Formats: sequence, structure tokens, C-alpha cells
Amino acid sequence: MGEILEINGPIVTVHLPGVLNGAQVSIGALDLIGEVIGLDGERAVVQVYESTESLRPGEKVEPLGHPLVAELGPGLLGQIFDGVQRPLASIFERSGAYLVRGLNLSPLDRQKTWTFAPAPDHKPGQRLEGGEVLGTVQETPSFVHRILVPPDLGGELLELAPAGDYTVDQVIARIRDRTGSPSELRLYHRWPVRTPRPYRRREAVGIPLITGQRILDTFFPLLKGGKAAIPGPFGAGKTMVQQQIARWSDADIVIYVGCGERGNELVDILETFPTLTDPYSGRPLMERTLLVANTSNMPVVAREASIYVGVTMGEYFRDQGYDVVVVADSTSRWAEALREVAGRLGQMPVEEGHPAYLASRLAAFYERAGCVETLAGKHGSVTLIGAVSPPGGDFSEPVTSHTKDIVQTFWALSKSLADMRHYPAVDWTASFSAYVGAAAPWWAVHADPNWAERRTKALELLTEADELAHVVNLVGPEALSPEQRWVLESAGLIREGVLQQSALDPVDSFCSPQKQFVLLDLILEIHRRGTRLLTLGVPVQQLLNIPLLGHAKRLKTGYGNDQIEALRQFATEIQNTFERFLQDYAQPPPASSAVTDGEQKP
Amino acid sequence: MTGKEYRMACAARGGLLFMRGVPGVALGGRVQVRDHRNHKRNGQVIRTSNDLILVQVFEGTENLGLDTTWVRFLDAPFEITLSPDLLGRVFSGIGQPRDHRPPLIAALKRNVNGAPMNPVARAYPREFIQTGISTIDCLNSLVRGQKLPLFSGSGLPHNRLAAQIVRQARLLGEAEGNFAVVFGAMGISHDDARFFQESFETSGVLRNVVMFINLADDPPIERLILPRTALTVAEYLAFDLNRHVLVVLSDMTHYAEALREVATAKGDVPARKGYPGYLYSDLAEIYERAGRIKERSGSITLIPVVSMPSDDITHPIPDLTGYITEGQIVLSRELHNRSLYPPINIPPSLSRLMKDGIGAAHTREDHPRIASQLYASYAHALEVRMLASIIGAEDLSESDRQYLNFADDFEQRFVNQAEDEDRSIIDTLTLAWDILSQLPPETLSRLTEADLARYHHWTPVAMEEL
Repeated sequence: MGEILEINGPIVTVHLPGVLNGAQVSIGALDLIGEVIGLDGERAVVQVYESTESLRPGEKVEPLGHPLVAELGPGLLGQIFDGVQRPLASIFERSGAYLVRGLNLSPLDRQKTWTFAPAPDHKPGQRLEGGEVLGTVQETPSFVHRILVPPDLGGELLELAPAGDYTVDQVIARIRDRTGSPSELRLYHRWPVRTPRPYRRREAVGIPLITGQRILDTFFPLLKGGKAAIPGPFGAGKTMVQQQIARWSDADIVIYVGCGERGNELVDILETFPTLTDPYSGRPLMERTLLVANTSNMPVVAREASIYVGVTMGEYFRDQGYDVVVVADSTSRWAEALREVAGRLGQMPVEEGHPAYLASRLAAFYERAGCVETLAGKHGSVTLIGAVSPPGGDFSEPVTSHTKDIVQTFWALSKSLADMRHYPAVDWTASFSAYVGAAAPWWAVHADPNWAERRTKALELLTEADELAHVVNLVGPEALSPEQRWVLESAGLIREGVLQQSALDPVDSFCSPQKQFVLLDLILEIHRRGTRLLTLGVPVQQLLNIPLLGHAKRLKTGYGNDQIEALRQFATEIQNTFERFLQDYAQPPPASSAVTDGEQKP
Repeated sequence: MTGKEYRMACAARGGLLFMRGVPGVALGGRVQVRDHRNHKRNGQVIRTSNDLILVQVFEGTENLGLDTTWVRFLDAPFEITLSPDLLGRVFSGIGQPRDHRPPLIAALKRNVNGAPMNPVARAYPREFIQTGISTIDCLNSLVRGQKLPLFSGSGLPHNRLAAQIVRQARLLGEAEGNFAVVFGAMGISHDDARFFQESFETSGVLRNVVMFINLADDPPIERLILPRTALTVAEYLAFDLNRHVLVVLSDMTHYAEALREVATAKGDVPARKGYPGYLYSDLAEIYERAGRIKERSGSITLIPVVSMPSDDITHPIPDLTGYITEGQIVLSRELHNRSLYPPINIPPSLSRLMKDGIGAAHTREDHPRIASQLYASYAHALEVRMLASIIGAEDLSESDRQYLNFADDFEQRFVNQAEDEDRSIIDTLTLAWDILSQLPPETLSRLTEADLARYHHWTPVAMEEL
């Protein structure tokens, strides 16, 4: 038992000899929970997860005997937790619209029973290692929750419960560990969130995470188990991009961590996701989604903890052999929470007030992404996507620049694109993906062998058009050659017909990899044929006036993902349109051109 | 302890009073400070230990002597008295009457710091508010429970615009009457305060207005508590009395400057431009109090005014505000200099909640697409205008000249409107189609074929008029 010495915002100095660094403590008459972040003799510095208003020096402090842990077991899915994994829906039922302090409910429902099916080949007496599957619980109609032996435990199985209904608190197995002491296992176990969960080994990443967003999947792919960042100034559409990823990505589980962001955005997810259908399982989207919400007005220390809670739950599902996407919105708010605590501790600031350990903490966090072979020999992945909110949209600020060093896929959002209502406002010049080569084989098999070539061609056109646009801004479009004006037009087609994608349009919101490729291919076909006509002397103005160009821009909304063949037929329309020109202009027909015109795609 | 007065100040600077040797004082507790002339000041404990206590004095620490200052710890948080009689009254930032009428007496008191709203308890805002201003209604629609700031600059008519929104805002198809206005003025001039007062009086809304005033020559530290007091009242009106509350806070820049002043005096580590690292969290505590709650009929819609120092939108105050609020209305000095009112700069303005508050169920079916089209066409027209300023309008293509014309017309007829002009959303949409009809239909790719067939009347402006 200790006592409070000083209160400075969320930082409380206590007299508590013998406490471990990182341990949790309960503070004051309200039982506020905090975490020791520094020791100095018999004093401990505690960061408190709730507002410290009305605390006074002299109040009691009690150690809880464990660090910040997450409860991992059936009942997580579809839930919304705060930054230290308190169940917000239960808190709402208990205490109403506003969060009251000192209400410490368990994350998992203690009353609810789950139907447990023990793994058939486990027999008493057999050795079980940490991370092995004890049995399963059918958590939702589409999701099998595998009950794991806690990774830090293992030994001889003494007893395994028969199939039946159990609450998370009931013992389902007993194990005698190496030292001979017996342990009771339940449907859930706890894991300290700041420690990465162990796995057998890392595997190479190689399968793209399909998000259904053309600019992301086709142009700057992310792989399952990879790490990506979405930096962008306010108003550039970060939230929209992340929600699209949460909606459409082909992962088994999506964990959305709202870290210091707007309350209404989470409400949007809470209200819309249950009504949306998971495109892969056909079940309500909320059944594969898990929210961690520490909105900007909630206490800042719990915000710092929230991304660790989120990624720990992600690793837990990974260890069951699933592909998990963890979206952290936003890592800048997390860094600010770190900065606020560091500032209150009087630590020396380095860049823009951020502490010196910012870069190492960020890197360690992103390293928790990966494809692994789990302790049970299964294959699972955690893909980490972090939003970054650079102050003033300045990508050279510390959080963005450190993040850029760490991630492999960088989806840079641009304010000027957003101002033109070009969504998703992913800037094709500032973004990058180091996974293009690794993704190409998958695309070659699942979409088209020419994927890599088309992608490169489109990016070249876009880049060339950007340069030409500078010239136009100086001297006007008349100064360009016909070929250059056609490049500008084609890039415009790519922008409007491929890159722009409406999240609100029911047809266009999700674009299958096949449709992504065909759309791009068709538009490049228009470019190729137009370029040929120009060489034959067709005036560029005539090409620019073809109504076909307008139609090409609307193809994305005109054909659904199940109408790929019909969409491919548009190639015929392109062919007919351009051949009509050819007939008009190629007279007297040079024999060769008429022949080359026959080189059609089958 | 509440009865005792302590005379143990050991330092006073920058609005902070440092006290030694008063044990067991609670954080956030209210404090009464009595100076050598027996004048009372109000304060709050912002840091506490048995050795040293920091008290933030809202009236400032000017003219305080260390030996002649008496401090009483009231052992209660900062609270405001709440009753329906608040309406029509004027208070200071700490809730003392400024209208020469007696203080309120009621049993209900609440801590001005409030408590964070549980995200699960929120109801998503989706009820369209008609402000009668085309650029807001059509392009940056406001919905009930939204927080939508006005980003402005010195000398721009943000106060006139805010007052117009207050006068004209109403829900489509609903009788008025159930609304209330909470107006928080931080560091604004006497003239601006009078302007608001008169504007509320002439439009007859004054009896539904609660004002919290801290003028430019009032003590700045009080601005730290003013928005919290104002929003506590707004929460009471909205969620206890079921009113639809429109909160105008002008000007948040002065609030943030007061915060910086105290942070500097406390010795906090500065982050950007001397503002403390917790500015984001602090602003969020204020802004996030807007919203709606499930199964309650009231709402808080928040319109903070943020003046951008040197018109710089990347300055920490507008920047952090933009990351918290659900969009922003940006005013433009260029449009203002061209005598356009309201000078709303279209490209950077945005309403994030608009997508769910417009369309067939709320305004009209074509609204989302026409807004998107106007944005896209105007963005292109601005590019053309820039080009024309370089190569001259004569060298533009015919299509470019159509866009040039479109931009002028859009600004003069759509953006520009009188301060007392209250356009219905249908009038605004009709006007939008009228102006878009100057552009050939095939360039309007954000609209559907059906929209074009129904509303677009392609009337190319004759070339001699150009």
C-alpha cells in the first residue's frame, strides 16, 4: 500500500516501494487504474488511464501485480473496447452516455456461454506446448475461434473438458508444467500488450491484401503481413480510405483502432457495419470486425495504450491461423500522447517536442506486423496499416518521416487532389510500394500476365502528364505536340476512369482484381490506338471529341464485378470507333496500316 | 479546510499562483483568491502535491502581493448552476452575470469539465440543417450534431457569417421553436460583441440565446474555462431540455493563445510555435462535446470561429482544429476583396458528415452528385483562370472560355448572396443547375445520364458575349 505524492495532469507520483516498472496500480478512492512508467528510489511515476481530477495527495495506491494485459478469448468479435480494453457497450448500459471514472469491467462477458469442442486427438498425459490448439468455439456462423494454450505455458495435459457449453471463466483443461505445478486453462487467457506474442518463425510475405481499391491494389499493393502508412493532411480523406479497407479487404479479421480520432467516425462504423455484408463470407461485416476506440476527448494515456491493445488482439487471431488487418487511426495521435507524457516527465524533447525514443517505439510497433508460422504450426498474418496526420500536411515532420522509413507501402494522400474531389486522393507521385515485385506473380495468375507491364505503363503516362501539365500552366495547351496532348487526355482518362473511385457508389465501392485489370487495360488500349491514329495524321482535336472517352470514364460504375466479360466487350467498341477514323484518314490506304489494324486481342 | 484561508503564496506569474505547504488539496478544485483590496478572484488547482500547489487564477495575477493574498480552497470542482432561466442571459466565462441581473439560483450544478461521451452512446448526425447559404447548404452541408468551424482571417466577415447562420439555420419541414443558441465570445472586441447582440435582438432570437462573454480587454485566463462553461450549458439545454442547440465559439485562436500563456508560465515543453503538446487533446475536449446521443432528441451543433494567424491554414490552431472537426468552412481574402459575400473559399472547404445528410431522404436525390460536379467543374475552371492570366483569355479554346464564364457566374450568382438572403435548398439546387447548364453535358462526368436529362438545359453562351 502506498500513497499519492503529486498529481500533474495524467501523471501521478506515488510512494510505493518495491513495485515493478510497467506494473499496474489502482489509485485513490475512485480506483483509477494506472501503469508505472518510471521508478526513482521508493517513488514511482504512474500514468493514469482516466482523468485525475479531484485526486489529492495522501490518497492510497495499491499495486495490482501485473502489467497492462489484454483478455483474449471468445466474445471479442463485434465488440468495441476503449484504449485499455474496457467494453464500451457494457459501460454504456451500466453508466449512460458519459463515461464515469473507476468503472473497471472485464473485457469479456463472464455470463455468456460458448460451445466448446475439444480437439479430438488430445489425450491426458500427452505433452502440449504453448500456442497449441486445445479446441474450438464456433464464435459466429462463419468464424471458428481456436482456443489456444497460453504461449508462455506448456506441459503435460492432465485433463481436457468434454464438449459442452462453458463460460470464459470455467476451467476447460489442466496442465502440469515443467516445474511440476499444475495450471488451469480457461477459454481465455491474458497477455501483456507491450510484449509481442511469440511464434515459431517468420515467413516471407507474398500474397496481396485485396482492398478493392484500384489505386491501392493495382498501383501501390500491400501484402498480407506487410506494413503500410496512410499520411495525409486533414480533409484528404484518410478516414474514408481506412474505412474502405476495413470494409472490403480480404482478411479474416479486421481490427480498427480509433486512436485519438473523432467519436462520430466510430459511430459511423458502429451503425453501418452491422448492416453491411462481408463480401467474402456473406455474413454481417461487424462479425469479423473489432473496434478499439479511444476518441480524442478520452484520456490521453489510454490512447497511448490503445494501439498495443489492438495489435495484441491481432496477434492472438494470427496465432489461431488467420489473416488479420489492424488499422491504427492515427499513429500521430499516439505519438502525441507519448509526447504529452514525456513533456510532463520533463524529458528532453528532440524534434518538435517529441521524445528521443519516438523512432524506436514506432519501429517496434510496426515490427509486430508479419506473416508467421504459429507455435501450433499454422499460418497467420498481421497486416498493419497506420494513418499519419502530419501537422500542416508537412510530410517532413518527425512522425511521418520516421514512419516512411519503416513501412513498405506508403499511400500518400494529397490535399490538392482532395480539393478537386478526386477520391481516393492517393498521390501517385508521392506514394510508393516496395511490394510490387512480390505481388506481380499473384496478379499474373489471378488477373492477367500483363499486369506488371500495364501498371508501369499507366504510371509512366501519369508521370509524363504531370510534367506536361507544368508546361501547359506556363504556355498553354497549344504549345504541346498532338502526341503530348493525347498523353494528357489519356492520363485524364486513367485518373477519372481508373484512379477515382467512389466509396458511396454501390457498384464502384469494391472493384475486384479482375475488373481492376480490365478497366486499366481498356483505357490503355484507347491510348494505344489513339497514338497510332496520330501518327497517321488524324488531328488530335478530333480524337479529343470522341464521345467514347466520356463512356470510358463511366465504365467503372457501369459494369459490376460479375460483368467482367461484358466489360471486356467494350474493347470491340473501342476497336470500331477507332477503325472508323482509320477508314476516313488512312486513304489512300497504305497497305501496311490496314494490316496492322488487324492485330486485335483475341 | 474549506473554511480556512491560507496566506502561503510563494510565487505569482503568468496567471499562476504557487502555494506552499497546504496538504491534501484536490486537483481541479475551485479556489477563491482575495487580494489586498479585498477583491475576490476565482481560480482552479492545476497541479498539486503536499509541498507545492499551482493555482490558475482566471482574473490574472496582476496586482497580487505574495504576503497580502489570501487563498481559500473550496474543495469542490468548478461548477455552473443550470436552470431554464439561463436563456436570454449574459454571463462571464466563469458563469457570473454580466447583464446586471442577479445570479441564477437552482439546485442543479454541473462540473464544467464534463465527462467524455461514450462513443457507443453517440447517434450519428444525419439531419440536414438549412442555413439558407448556398455554398454551405449545397456544397458543405451542415447536419445536426456536427462540429463545423469557420476558418477565417483578420478583417474577414466571419462574425457576420456566423450571425447569419444563427439567424437562418432551421431544419427542413420542422416547425421552429425548439432551438437554442449558446454564444461564447473569447477575446472579441466590444464592437463584435455588440454586433452579435444586435443581430440576435433584431431577429427576435434573443430569448433563446445564452451568451458567455470575455472581451478583448478582459483577463485572458478566463478564456480557458469559458468554452467549457458554455458547452456545459449547451449539454444541459440539449440533453436535459431536448433543445437543438447551436453553439458559436468566437474566437478559438484567442483561447489557444491563453492556453499557451499558461503553459509557458508552467514551464510545459512547447511543441509547435510555442503551443504545448497537449493542444490537440485540449481542443478535442471542447470540440467533441458536440453531437447527438442515442434516444435523446436534443443536439449540439458547434460552429467555432478560428482566425488563422496570417491566413495560414497550417498554423497549429486551424491545423489541429481541422483534424478534430467534421470539416471546415474556409474564408478567402481574395473573394472578400472582390466584394463577394460570403467569401467562402470552395476548394478547401469540406463537410465530412454531408454524405449522410443529403440526397433523396433529406434534400433532393441529385444533391450529392451536383455538389461533386460543382466542385470538380469549379476546380477545373480555376485552373483555366490561372492559365488565362498567363497566356491571356483570347488564346483559350472555346471550351476553356466556357469554363472561365462558368467560374465568374458561379462566384457572382451562387457564392455571392446578400446578408439577409435566405435561399431554400431547392432554390440553391435550381441555381446550381442553371449555372452548370453553361457547360456541355459531356464534360459533366460526375452526374448521371438521368440527372442530365432531367435538369440540364444546355445553353451555350453565345460567343460574342465572351
